[in-house]
Amino acid sequence: MRVSARFTVWCRRIAVMTRKELLQLFRDIPLMAFLIYSFTLSVYVTGNGIQTQLKNAGLLVSDADRSVSSRELISRFHSPYFRFDGELTHPNEGFVRLDRGGSMMVLDIPTRFHEALVSGESTAVQLLVDTTNSPQGLSAAGYAARIVGQFSQELIMTRNGQMGSSSTTVPMILSDHRVWFNQDQNETWFESISHLLRMITIFAVLLPAAALVREKERGTVEQLLVSPLTPAQIMLPKVVAMTVVILSATAVALFGVMLPVFGVPIRGSVALLFLLTALFIVATAGIGVFASTVTKNQAQVGMMTLLVVAPMLLLSGIFTPLETMPAWVRYLMALSPLRYFIEIATGILLKGIGLEMLWSQVLSMVALGGALFGFGMWRFRRQFQ
Amino acid sequence: MNVRRVAAVAFKEWREVTRDRIFLLLAFCMPAVWMFVFGYGLVLDVEHISFVVVDRDHSSLSRDYLYRLYQSRYFSFQGELAGEGEADAWLKSGKARAVIIVPEKFQERLLSGQPANVQTLIDGTFPLRADITKGYTIAINNAYNVDLLADHLARTRGLSHDEALRRTRPLGLEVRYLYNEEVRSTWSTVPALIMFSLMVSSPLLTALGVVREKETGSIYNIYSATVSRMEFLVGKLVPYVMISLINVVVLWLMAVLLFAVPFKGSLLLFFASSILFILTSTGIGLTVSLLVSTQQAALIITVVVSTVPTILFSGLIVPVSSLSQVAQFQAHLFPGMYYTNIVRGTFLKNVGPAILWPDVLALAVYAAALGAIGYRLFTKRPSV
Repeated sequence: MRVSARFTVWCRRIAVMTRKELLQLFRDIPLMAFLIYSFTLSVYVTGNGIQTQLKNAGLLVSDADRSVSSRELISRFHSPYFRFDGELTHPNEGFVRLDRGGSMMVLDIPTRFHEALVSGESTAVQLLVDTTNSPQGLSAAGYAARIVGQFSQELIMTRNGQMGSSSTTVPMILSDHRVWFNQDQNETWFESISHLLRMITIFAVLLPAAALVREKERGTVEQLLVSPLTPAQIMLPKVVAMTVVILSATAVALFGVMLPVFGVPIRGSVALLFLLTALFIVATAGIGVFASTVTKNQAQVGMMTLLVVAPMLLLSGIFTPLETMPAWVRYLMALSPLRYFIEIATGILLKGIGLEMLWSQVLSMVALGGALFGFGMWRFRRQFQ
Repeated sequence: MNVRRVAAVAFKEWREVTRDRIFLLLAFCMPAVWMFVFGYGLVLDVEHISFVVVDRDHSSLSRDYLYRLYQSRYFSFQGELAGEGEADAWLKSGKARAVIIVPEKFQERLLSGQPANVQTLIDGTFPLRADITKGYTIAINNAYNVDLLADHLARTRGLSHDEALRRTRPLGLEVRYLYNEEVRSTWSTVPALIMFSLMVSSPLLTALGVVREKETGSIYNIYSATVSRMEFLVGKLVPYVMISLINVVVLWLMAVLLFAVPFKGSLLLFFASSILFILTSTGIGLTVSLLVSTQQAALIITVVVSTVPTILFSGLIVPVSSLSQVAQFQAHLFPGMYYTNIVRGTFLKNVGPAILWPDVLALAVYAAALGAIGYRLFTKRPSV
């Protein structure tokens, strides 16, 4: 009986303190307004706006041949990958235009281009590529190579055809691609999911960190400490309150923007998704809790957490694929809960998988969250002794 | 505006900063640490895409073809599957990002001069990776096709190997890369990282400046002092602008000495626009500080406002030209984009004010507008 009575008191205290935290959060109007913006409009703009694949790369053409063949080749550089930015009258104009920016490439077609192709000689076209943004430059050059390769292959076909054999009797590998889980390669799905995760991370780290330091900075934590509350009862309600708020915001983003506007599918279990999101929020909050115990004021805790959060946001595989990272970054990011959660979120939403395939990610997150949180809790207790 | 009063406020603010050792340390460390971590870590060449194969042909030609994929640094071979049925589990668990299926009679068809279909199943959850995987397999297939065709021509037409090879390439593409001739990923990321580090760290320096005084009540000293609004705001900014100025020099040195990125343009233009950019980025923090009433709100709003558009809409990775129209509009609303143009232009392109003036002007307008907004927002006679 006494144990259960104690438990009731414990729960009540947590409930009362959670209510206090929620009230305090809801009274901060600018903060709440911003929270709503971050999980609605911001998700929409980003999901809709970001195109990581090559798109609209500005192409200038210097066509010295002006023939059927040259026009045919130019017409192959079309949208959505390329944008025709006009013809150059003078070859040197290309450099000036690239210097100015806006256009990314200059395609240079030599004189006698058509003649060479028809008479069976080899010829080449030149492509100048602005590589100030190197991945884009490489990607554009890659697409151009594909286009020229295709053009070239068709030429061989027709030439062989002229020599009497049918065009299908050429030994070649035909590339046939099936993209799974997102057949149309709809970028809004991934971009909105990754943006949602970005927002959850920022809020999950910063909200509890700032709330904990604020009590320290103002001295209100002393009042709480002389009350019958234990350090855990002071800290947990903050995390519970923030988790509730962020989970609700996630639900708004998911059911208010991503499903109806972008048509992001939920192929797995919604309950599992929210359960694991809660786990992710708590694990990530551990970083904030830890940071709050080693800093004295909110300016410090802001810098401290951002120092860690910025690499998490850029290197966890929500921005660029993990496959791009050097080995040391991949090892370092084993410490980032976000690195596991992106697999979980896309896995449940797009692939429709469950715990049977995600258990290693979930375990890593539990271990990481447990360690961060346990350590934070230990530091939090110790600093008042 | 009285210079002595400005100096007094600035001195007071500077004292506060230097007394807070952790803050001071972080203010200088944060941009440099990021530059280091991202400069080495944010590599954009996709490599080691994990894949498995289903070889239904098991011929010497299919092994020869697959060997090219095993050899490629872009792919990382995970194993051979017994059948297509297993592909599902590999892609779903994420252990493989692609499954390559070589059909039956692969060798037979190719040797008899017929095309063969090689199917690639790709994990499409991350469209960028899916697209790159597609591009790599096409490139490998095309290279293989050239050899196949050359062999075929040599056999059937009795041509010499060189002559056959020449015939398989009627049209070539000569690519010349400009500004970053060796297409080094660091050359394009490191200059943009100067923008990133400044844009994310400097607003945070000032974000808590005014709201902290509001929260602790020390702002009443300012309300009752002779210092004017303008003098107070300028004095408040001076120490943080100085910190960021030192940081921009450190970042520039890191870019040039540590990452060996060539600086081709004008130093004067670079540093002059850097000053404008620092004024705008610290100004953003100050504006947020004036708008909110708690430090917690100031902190979070500043972090979101400075980090998110900087990562997404400043041309750091995704060029502004490939954004949607709404996103392009948003990109133009933030100063990061203009500064990225200036930094990349002065570092890699050697372009001068003749081309970069619109960006410099945009930063100047931005700085002036923020100053005006800050001046309007700050009042010494609060209604509450």
